[in-house]
Amino acid sequence: MKKILLIGNPNVGKSVIFSRLTGVHVIASNYPGTTVEFTKGYMRIKGEKAEVIDVPGAYTLEPSSKAEQVAVDMLDSAAEEDGNIFVNIVDATNLERNLGLTLQLIKRRVPLIVCLNFWDETKHTGVHIDAEKLEKILAVPVVPTCGITGEGIKSLVSRMSEAKVSTFQYEDEERWSEIGKIVDTVQKLTHRHHTLLERLGDASIHPITGIPIAIIVLFLAFKVVRLIGESLIGYILEPLFENLWAPLMLKLSALLGSSGFIHDVLIGKLIDGKIAFVESMGVLTTGLFVPFAMVLPYIVAFYLVLSFLEDSGYLPRLGVLLDTLMHKFGIHGLAIIPMLLGIGCNVPGALATRVLETKRERFIAATLMAIAVPCMAQIAMVFGLVGQYGANGLGIVFGTLFIVWIILGLLLNLVLKGESPEIFAEIPPYRLPYFPALVKKLWMRTFGFLKDAVPYVLLGVLIVNILYALRIIEFIGRLAAPVVTGILGLPEEAVGALIIGFLRKDVAVGMLVPLGLTMHQMIVASVVLTMYFPCIATFVILVKELGVRDMIKSATIMIISALTVGGILNLIL
Amino acid sequence: MEDVNLVQMRSGEEGIVVAIHGGFGSRRRAESLGIRVGVSIKKISAQFMRGPIIVQVGNTTIALGFGIAQKIVVRKRLG
Ligand SMILES: Nc1nc2c(ncn2[C@@H]2O[C@H](COP(=O)(O)OP(=O)(O)O)[C@@H](O)[C@H]2O)c(=O)[nH]1
Ligand SMILES: [Mg+2]
Repeated sequence: MKKILLIGNPNVGKSVIFSRLTGVHVIASNYPGTTVEFTKGYMRIKGEKAEVIDVPGAYTLEPSSKAEQVAVDMLDSAAEEDGNIFVNIVDATNLERNLGLTLQLIKRRVPLIVCLNFWDETKHTGVHIDAEKLEKILAVPVVPTCGITGEGIKSLVSRMSEAKVSTFQYEDEERWSEIGKIVDTVQKLTHRHHTLLERLGDASIHPITGIPIAIIVLFLAFKVVRLIGESLIGYILEPLFENLWAPLMLKLSALLGSSGFIHDVLIGKLIDGKIAFVESMGVLTTGLFVPFAMVLPYIVAFYLVLSFLEDSGYLPRLGVLLDTLMHKFGIHGLAIIPMLLGIGCNVPGALATRVLETKRERFIAATLMAIAVPCMAQIAMVFGLVGQYGANGLGIVFGTLFIVWIILGLLLNLVLKGESPEIFAEIPPYRLPYFPALVKKLWMRTFGFLKDAVPYVLLGVLIVNILYALRIIEFIGRLAAPVVTGILGLPEEAVGALIIGFLRKDVAVGMLVPLGLTMHQMIVASVVLTMYFPCIATFVILVKELGVRDMIKSATIMIISALTVGGILNLIL
Repeated sequence: MEDVNLVQMRSGEEGIVVAIHGGFGSRRRAESLGIRVGVSIKKISAQFMRGPIIVQVGNTTIALGFGIAQKIVVRKRLG
């Protein structure tokens, strides 16, 4: 099958155009380096099916990062086959820099078509490009497009088969001066005033104004997440479960004879003749309530806010502000992006560590995230449970995790050999997020969470029932008593939560409820549950990303630090 | 005329890049982001405590580490 490769600098709209061409949704974000693995989809040109590939972003074909290496390898292998088409996507507002790659592609003598994306932005950035003149000079088709509205995509598709090997010639050493000449001929710049967004862009990266702005942004983000999450729960999901689902479940419970193993697996234990959705531990009660009514609303709220920050272009600026601190951990500021993703769910967070350059950075970032960054499933549960004792307990839980994050980061950087590369990256301009793209991204992430989480929650609840029925938890509890009771000061039964925590942390936190823990025990348990091990879904990804050996190293660090921190908390609280 | 590196340059100042020292890798990376000898460059800001430097080249804003910024020499535009 014919291949169509979309090639271009990072953040020029490749993924958006890929979605337009194929109908396959991929995550587009306003910062470089979102796509490290490539994505494939299909489209038809002239009735013939062709494979479309969203190649990772590259500034140059002389690779200087892992993503660029992947891009060049793909290009080389596709160049060997006949009939493949290379679509060079160019950011029209940055013509000069982008043409660097275009001329390198021309040198490779591959069938090429150039797509001048961000055509909509050229007007208000005062850039005027004569696309026809550029087409004559480059001797390949040049099509202006706007990825987010879809303008020009039709003509890109219809001209796809006109892609050809360029006859434009130049000497390698003269590349940039050639580009200078081309740009002078085809582009006119008109003077323009700085827009409000640009001023804001400068202010939010200047340390004196940037740090207060960051604090305000993060505080607002937190407030909005809570507001949306609580509203979804209070007005929609809890009423649904309490008024519609609970009566249904009570009927089913009566039908099943109100007790017995099957009853307990499906409905769980009735408390005062009623269903307690958090404690009952039935697959149809707790198993559905926890993911849908306690966690999902916060996942939606969190990813909505994060996607907004992502698409507006704020995250890389936050990364720059945090760079000095993160450097002390051996990772650079942009590593904050995987960590923030991890607050939603550790699985995409672990995947996103790929954008970091060295193995050492990826190890540090992944380990730090798995230990000290609680996922939304867990945060929501801890809020629900510790929160009832007031804000103090919450402060201690999250404060402790933050301190662990810092100390562990410093230690890892000290202990691990190797150096940390410096930040050297493009900071994208602020953009107003494009709403349909935002909604699509929110949906993909939410769906991803449901797909990863719900089966494990149901399985977790089922296993809890089996373990209790077979009295296995009691047995292990007695074995683990020296650690669980001796070091952590928790009752033996808490070991059940630690076992289930391997599967799902939210279910595990729910298991703590019937134990009647004191606030102090609740805090220790919450912190230890976050730190001691990632949930199974994250674990699987980490093994893939880090390799078995590094994962064993990482897991050892997790267990040791969880016991240490839990023990210290138990002593000092 | 005065040659300074990007760390010494003050925020808001503009100039022409006259030299990029350092290894082949970082030179190539600089070039691919649009920082080449002869282009004009403007320093936007610098973070505290040897943090990253922010510059603008054409329509591109770039963050570069302190160590890299020290290796890029700029001839300041007068006035
Ligand atoms: N204004 C405007 N924004 C665009 C256009 N194409 C893409 N974007 C936005 O630019 C950002 C980068 O797009 P993305 O597809 O992730 O770039 P990639 O890194 O090349 O895959 C996203 O926030 C897009 O919504 C366009 O033609 N005009
Ligand atoms: Mg992409």
